[in-house]
Amino acid sequence: MMKVKLLNPWLVWGIVTVALVAYFSIPLFYEDGDKSVFLTGETTHGHYQIEMQCNACHLSEFGGQEALQESCVNCHGDELKRAKDSHPKSKFTDPRNADRTAILDARFCVTCHTEHNQEVVGQMGLTLPEDYCIKCHEDIEEDRVSHKDLGFETCATSGCHNYHDNKGIYEDFLLKHVDEPIVHSPAKSKPLKGRRQQGDVLTLQDIDAPESLKYEQLIHADWLETTHAQQGVNCSDCHQVKDKATNIATWITKPDHKVCSDCHKEEVDGFLDGKHGMRLKQNMSPMTPAMARQDMKSTAGHKELGCQSCHSAHRYDTKQAAVTACQNCHDDDHTNAYEDSPHYSLWVKASTGQIDSREGVSCASCHMPREIRKNNVGEETIVVQHNQNDNLRPNEKMIRSVCMDCHGLEFSIDALADAELVKRNFKGKPSKHIQSMDWARSRVETK
Amino acid sequence: MKVSFKKGLLTAAMAGLVTVGVTGCGGGESASSGVTPQTMADSLFAVMESDRTTYTKLIIGRLAVKEKVIKASEHWEDEKALVLPAQMFRYGAERVAEKTDKFSYSLLSLWPINKQNAPKSDIEKEGLKYIADNPGKNFYGEETLGGQKYYTAMYADVAVAQACIKCHNEHKDTPRTDFKMGEVMGGVVIRIPLEL
Repeated sequence: MMKVKLLNPWLVWGIVTVALVAYFSIPLFYEDGDKSVFLTGETTHGHYQIEMQCNACHLSEFGGQEALQESCVNCHGDELKRAKDSHPKSKFTDPRNADRTAILDARFCVTCHTEHNQEVVGQMGLTLPEDYCIKCHEDIEEDRVSHKDLGFETCATSGCHNYHDNKGIYEDFLLKHVDEPIVHSPAKSKPLKGRRQQGDVLTLQDIDAPESLKYEQLIHADWLETTHAQQGVNCSDCHQVKDKATNIATWITKPDHKVCSDCHKEEVDGFLDGKHGMRLKQNMSPMTPAMARQDMKSTAGHKELGCQSCHSAHRYDTKQAAVTACQNCHDDDHTNAYEDSPHYSLWVKASTGQIDSREGVSCASCHMPREIRKNNVGEETIVVQHNQNDNLRPNEKMIRSVCMDCHGLEFSIDALADAELVKRNFKGKPSKHIQSMDWARSRVETK
Repeated sequence: MKVSFKKGLLTAAMAGLVTVGVTGCGGGESASSGVTPQTMADSLFAVMESDRTTYTKLIIGRLAVKEKVIKASEHWEDEKALVLPAQMFRYGAERVAEKTDKFSYSLLSLWPINKQNAPKSDIEKEGLKYIADNPGKNFYGEETLGGQKYYTAMYADVAVAQACIKCHNEHKDTPRTDFKMGEVMGGVVIRIPLEL
């Protein structure tokens, strides 16, 4: 009779254990390692780009809700401060609101915005319960007769309320802007202020690239015609980067966003906060249109997003960056309808000098608007907000930062509330009317 | 001056808390050398009330009402105006809440412009009525909120300047339009968590 020699079961157990540990743990040691096996569900639109960087959100293995909250604040805290968050955490740590906190624990972002739970992700790309307002404001009709019989799910519809950011829709703001025209005269975006002169204007004779370097001569022309040469920024200022530890300067062919950040910090910070740069912020590979969940052009699938992908190195044509760069990748209804829109007509006229340049409306005019910022000593600067997500959702965040540069408030609210009009890139008139301004007006008149 | 005031406030609070643990939660002075919850609350209120009155009289009353060199507005950032005294008080309370959970405070009223500042708990309703009906007297009690026991003290918030009554009587959301100088308009509520 033949004897079957069995493998030592302990040896088998050991091999399988080592193999499993290796399979699960090796990806954890690589920034871009495939950690999808650890995902407990599909990640939301806001975070899917960085879902393989688990510790961007999960700061500590055993940190619980507090650690998660810290990671939310790390990325979104400044934005909430700028939005004058109407419901800060301190409202819910107040003992007198303990009964409310027990129902809706708004001390933590994840109470409303859960992650890895795609089944409940809403239109804005994040989870959001519909009935959260009523938990505390059930008796609103006692103060606002107009709100009687309104559905609990209607509070946060466009043009009405926003839990965090009510800068453009609070009642006194509405009252301040009643009876405004559809289009202001003049209708102009904020001016773009030139930077203070950094150095002497440079010419071809000043070029300090190594003579041995071979490159297209067209680069010279591009550089000479742009602000860089006019501001005294030479080749070495961008291409020769000093190692901070060794202080040794090395010539680099393609400087990345960190180099740009030396002079354009606010713009680069915005870029890294938005969907175009959030992977770079997490030290991951650059975002590509192929990774996007939105409709993108297949021809642009593998384009890697960085400063140069939109601005084109050496040329730095802002008109190209403001429209063409967007169209090169985005392939949705709103983008594709742009060239048939009144905004585009103005852009063409402004680009050809028929009207003031500030009257043209590009993609960037709305999605990367100019912001007036003041430092602590009152000096004003104008910064282009490079976080395309900053005013995107809910879209009434765009009212103050963009629409009202040219349009009346009531028209802006109505236009943004009309999803079909948005798809047509605002060709036509709003088919919806949001009553918030009517209600504000009538409440004051009856007082 | 403001920095040292805040340091003092927090020091008083911390010292008080340590003593709360040691002396229990009695209302009167303890035999130990520590500070009772009542003394802690009274001390905190003394600082709050002094600061609040100073801001209302020297900043709002002087610059916005008397000299009219700058406006005071609820929407102070949009209007480039002074922060209202009630907002000044609330922002301070929010900053304290970010720093410590050893005490908290708020400004409430039986006649609030913002309905969220109306009394909610039984003790708030009882206390606000008591300090409005008994000028010059404070209200002290204990309550349990969210499973935590608190020593709760309430102090009258009095109209100290024309700016107070003018704004409250004329505001579109005010439920009362006949406030007079020196009248109780609301109350400061201070809560100190106690060991159960």
